Amino acid sequence: MVTRILKRCYIALLFIFLYAPIIVLAIFSFNSSRSRGTWDGFTLKWYYEMFQDRQIMAALYYSLIIGVTSALVATIIGTMAAFGIHNMKPFSKTTVMNITYLPVLNPDIVTGISFMLLFIFLKIRLGFLTLLLSHITFNIPYVILSVLPKIKQLDKSMYEAALDLGATPFYAFRKVILPEIMPGVITGLLLAFTLSFDDFVISFFNTGSGVSNLSILIYSMARRGINPKINALSTFMFISVLTLLIVVNILMSKQQKTKEEKI
Amino acid sequence: MRKTWLAYPYTLWMLLFTVIPMGLLIYFSFTTNSGTNTALTWTHFQRFFEPIYLKVLLRSITLAAISTVICLLIGYPAAMILNGSSLKYKNTMITLLVLPMWMNFLLRTYAWLTLLERKGIINSLLVAIGLNRLDLLYNEFAVILGMVYNFIPFMILPIYSVLNKIDRSLIEAAEDLGANPVITFIKVIFPLSLPGVLSGITMVFMPAVTTFVISRLLGGGQITLIGDLIEQQFLLVGDWNFGSAISLVMIVIILITMGFTSKYEREQTGGGLW
Repeated sequence: MVTRILKRCYIALLFIFLYAPIIVLAIFSFNSSRSRGTWDGFTLKWYYEMFQDRQIMAALYYSLIIGVTSALVATIIGTMAAFGIHNMKPFSKTTVMNITYLPVLNPDIVTGISFMLLFIFLKIRLGFLTLLLSHITFNIPYVILSVLPKIKQLDKSMYEAALDLGATPFYAFRKVILPEIMPGVITGLLLAFTLSFDDFVISFFNTGSGVSNLSILIYSMARRGINPKINALSTFMFISVLTLLIVVNILMSKQQKTKEEKI
Repeated sequence: MRKTWLAYPYTLWMLLFTVIPMGLLIYFSFTTNSGTNTALTWTHFQRFFEPIYLKVLLRSITLAAISTVICLLIGYPAAMILNGSSLKYKNTMITLLVLPMWMNFLLRTYAWLTLLERKGIINSLLVAIGLNRLDLLYNEFAVILGMVYNFIPFMILPIYSVLNKIDRSLIEAAEDLGANPVITFIKVIFPLSLPGVLSGITMVFMPAVTTFVISRLLGGGQITLIGDLIEQQFLLVGDWNFGSAISLVMIVIILITMGFTSKYEREQTGGGLW
């Protein structure tokens, strides 16, 4: 009994440690005083100011547009590549897979710097394009790694059966292969978007000329000390992510149910 | 059905954006640029072995190692308790553990500023109970705290997933044969969980040793780590050759760490993060 209480306390302390900063941040985003030590009453002022802030809104826009574009492009290139890699001969397969793992294993700072060296070497001005290209590049491996296992599980005879029954290769691909690998593709897409949206280090080295995403903006604001607008922004982002996760979970469990009903 | 051509765009892409950049990094770290002449040289690496830079390297490794050990000491019991809890709570607990990681890494680090500041909450509490204010921010303590806070889920999750897979009957067998809980832990549970521990160590140590964000925000520029050094060389000093050389040193550290841990990690276990 005593050990059970001790265990509970241990886990409770751990969660307090994990959540205290986030909760404090959220509470102080409603504090009307600029200083953090004191509570001066409830306000929504910082949220209002956050939405009025052009820099923050521009950064949010860049984060979203880079996240969506890089995730889509990476998913297309990555899914195609996964098929190609799957059919490769062992030697070239190993070589390509090793290169695929390189950005995954490399420290972000090294990946970021190597991209920057390339862009400067090619005389491409750092900005939106370089940011997008670098995000696509670090996203592709994650798409491949989530699609490849699904392709390995594919039953080849299903595809051949579709062809035998008169389907064109494209039709067979759309009706037989695509539904099977779709979970992997979706996982890859979501993973790519999240990684892109959250990335700081690689973006930091590969952007310029006034283009900054949320992470970069937060970094430059946080270096100047505490700013209640960041508190509002983090609370807003955390709640958005939370809502998104809950929605995805509900959708997935619903899908699971309909699948089970079908069976 | 040999559709290898589908991988061609990717291969080309990776050649341009991964292989060539790495080549450039290596090229820069071994050359000097004096006017129009480029010459092969070792000087950047020699320079790195000067005391001031070695100190930075040592500090990075020490801080990352301390953080890793703290993560292990806090994380292992946590993983065991989570594994022992009833199934109903297990999933909730794991979700709660992963949830903070969905928050932006910078925001999670920034959040500590509010707590640790001189006029922050912890100090206000200390003053309220009649103690003196402490300097909690902009020192090594704050950096270690930031590392532990950000990376501890990476320690708990792999250990948990390995513990979860341990065959219960092995533990029961040990108990039946007269082992007390301590012996069972030392002789059965811990050795079996070693793959999880090792991947946890890798997953905490690697981001900790390469970070420059945590040291900049929570160390306030007082504590220079190897990541800060690289960032400064590229963005402040503009010495790309030296910066590239330090990056190569960093890659070597990572490779050594991975070689160390993967030696014991023959079977694919743990690390099921996604």
